[in-house]
Amino acid sequence: MAIKKFAVAAYDDEAVLFPAVSKVRHSGYKLHDIYTPFAVHGLDVAMGHKDTDLHIAGFIYGMCGTSTAVGFISWIYCSDWLQNYGGKPHFALPAWIPVTFELTVLFAAVGMVLTFCYLNQIMPGVKKHVFHPRQSDDMFVVALELNDHVSEQEVIKFLQSTGAKETSIQKAEASWWYGRWDKKEEYEALNA
Amino acid sequence: MHIKYESFVREPLVDGNKDYHQVSEDIISPIERKPGRMWYVGFFFALCLLAFGIFSVSWSVYWGLGTWGVNRTIGWGWDITNFVWWVGIGHAGTLISAILLLFRQGWRTGVNRAAEAMTIFAVMCAGQFPIWHMGRVWDAMWVLPLPNSRGPLWPNFDSPLLWDVFAISTYFTVSLLFWYSGLIPDFALIRDRAKTNFRKMMYGLTSFGWTGTAKNWQRHEALSLVLAGLSTPLVLSVHTIVSFDFATSVIPGWHTTIFPPYFVAGAVFSGFAMVNTLLVITRKILHLEEYITIGHLEAMNKVIVLTGSIVGIAYLTELFISWYSQSWGEMAAFQWRILGPYWWSYWAMMTCNVVSPQLFWVKKLRRNIPFTFVMSIVVNIGMWFERFVIIVTSTYRDWVPGSWAYYSPTWPEVGFYLGTFGLFFTCYFLFAKYFPVIAVAEIKFVLKTSGDNYKRAMAPLEEKTGEAFVELVNSHHHEDEHAAVAHH
Repeated sequence: MAIKKFAVAAYDDEAVLFPAVSKVRHSGYKLHDIYTPFAVHGLDVAMGHKDTDLHIAGFIYGMCGTSTAVGFISWIYCSDWLQNYGGKPHFALPAWIPVTFELTVLFAAVGMVLTFCYLNQIMPGVKKHVFHPRQSDDMFVVALELNDHVSEQEVIKFLQSTGAKETSIQKAEASWWYGRWDKKEEYEALNA
Repeated sequence: MHIKYESFVREPLVDGNKDYHQVSEDIISPIERKPGRMWYVGFFFALCLLAFGIFSVSWSVYWGLGTWGVNRTIGWGWDITNFVWWVGIGHAGTLISAILLLFRQGWRTGVNRAAEAMTIFAVMCAGQFPIWHMGRVWDAMWVLPLPNSRGPLWPNFDSPLLWDVFAISTYFTVSLLFWYSGLIPDFALIRDRAKTNFRKMMYGLTSFGWTGTAKNWQRHEALSLVLAGLSTPLVLSVHTIVSFDFATSVIPGWHTTIFPPYFVAGAVFSGFAMVNTLLVITRKILHLEEYITIGHLEAMNKVIVLTGSIVGIAYLTELFISWYSQSWGEMAAFQWRILGPYWWSYWAMMTCNVVSPQLFWVKKLRRNIPFTFVMSIVVNIGMWFERFVIIVTSTYRDWVPGSWAYYSPTWPEVGFYLGTFGLFFTCYFLFAKYFPVIAVAEIKFVLKTSGDNYKRAMAPLEEKTGEAFVELVNSHHHEDEHAAVAHH
């Protein structure tokens, strides 16, 4: 557990959010993250994130599926258990296309979803701090990480100047932990 | 500043005066309320059907498949008919969520969640039939290539029946993953607004701890797009492979190259009909008429008339080719289909699938809800008969006239079929109560371009000339750039 101090600003419109993100990035404050209720296109670029490589992982998983299918079936038919179906060749590739295709898709999909969960650090039983109860509803929430040298009043004043509807200072766990969502965490008392 | 603009030619996808919060309220609040009496009655009825199905299947397993009406001439009866029927229904969800995503069809956002749920439940029902049809179900796991002490002896990878095992199980898994990855953000929404501890705990678990950071959403979009790309050929492959169960055999009436596209079109046809059946009721009971609009139903009816016509052409092509082949086996098979003792199933199929959907060329009927509902059921009756016609009326008169036979189902077969309705609706009722039946995050994503109130706010723009409009958009872009430069 690493409890840190955050300045939190909640915006109610993407049109206000984008210029605000630009101002935050040029202000010198440390941008922790931005939480949105849905995929806001261009926000990753505005924050300076690189594009994800998840699809490349998906391609690799798919190739694993292809080679598993072709390797396994050809091992069975050409080496492990030879069978003669009406004199047809043992290595009957066209007949294996359906199974090969299905395993390609299966490996790619399962592998990508597991990678997605790993990269996002999500799993049943995982708990993370929610900065604003409406960040999954209609608020776009920007969290800035503060150190002891930053004046709280100044950062709040700055966030309000960017058009934030609500602002607050919160102490919170920065990462994830195992926990139940119906239980209050100890650190939450610090915010009261 | 972004101008979100979509022409008035396109109907709004969300009616009424909505903002983001109102969307959450409208879709999530039914989950937080106690369900109405209709829900309990329906759920109880579904459970009764399920119980009867379990009893019928237990009876069949205990006494053996001799309790069924299938015989040595007609080896596949209601069981495989129902299998193909349910798998076909299970095609609409992934078609809507994957193919329409790739084609950028905005209207899919209103219906994709429920359609995908329907897909998953339908595939669950479908899977029951081949499994219990095995008779000795305790050996069912040997369809998988498991190590064993008999050689090892592996399944036949050259057999369409084994391809089916892989196709159906992959389809189920991928559809489930696609559906669930879309549900995670919506579960997080329910969790964050939950008032009761139990709901916080349960939706905390099911939401996997999702918080919706920019990076989370970026990966979510990448995942959805790639899963859509994978599911698109997958959905086509599944019914293609189901059609191989028949097409790779040498039985007149089955041995045709037209089967794969014809089966896929039929699957989409029946799947969209089932989506309409469910959504007409769901939107009414959960008061979601503003999200699943008449425009949505009309779009699906258009797909129904298209795929119904493709199916109709396939039927006629089959007849033509059987005559053109001048093979007496082929010609006799189709003659008996139309005029033999099973004539009623052929004509039921033709009426329900080819003739009646043509009424959807009339716009008034496409937008008529009671008519849509009745037609959705008619289509699924027709598609059930199609599978029955293909399976039973191709086999009942085989090469040896002495073994010609007639087939009628017995009560355990009928009970099994009813039982899958029980399974399907039990799942659907639970889904409608505990899951967001519309993808909330996706609706919010299209709200500002396709919401009624946002579109109406664009009315002054519509009055302007094309040049003036372009100038306006450009000036907004410049403002954007100026703002960026100023910050540097």
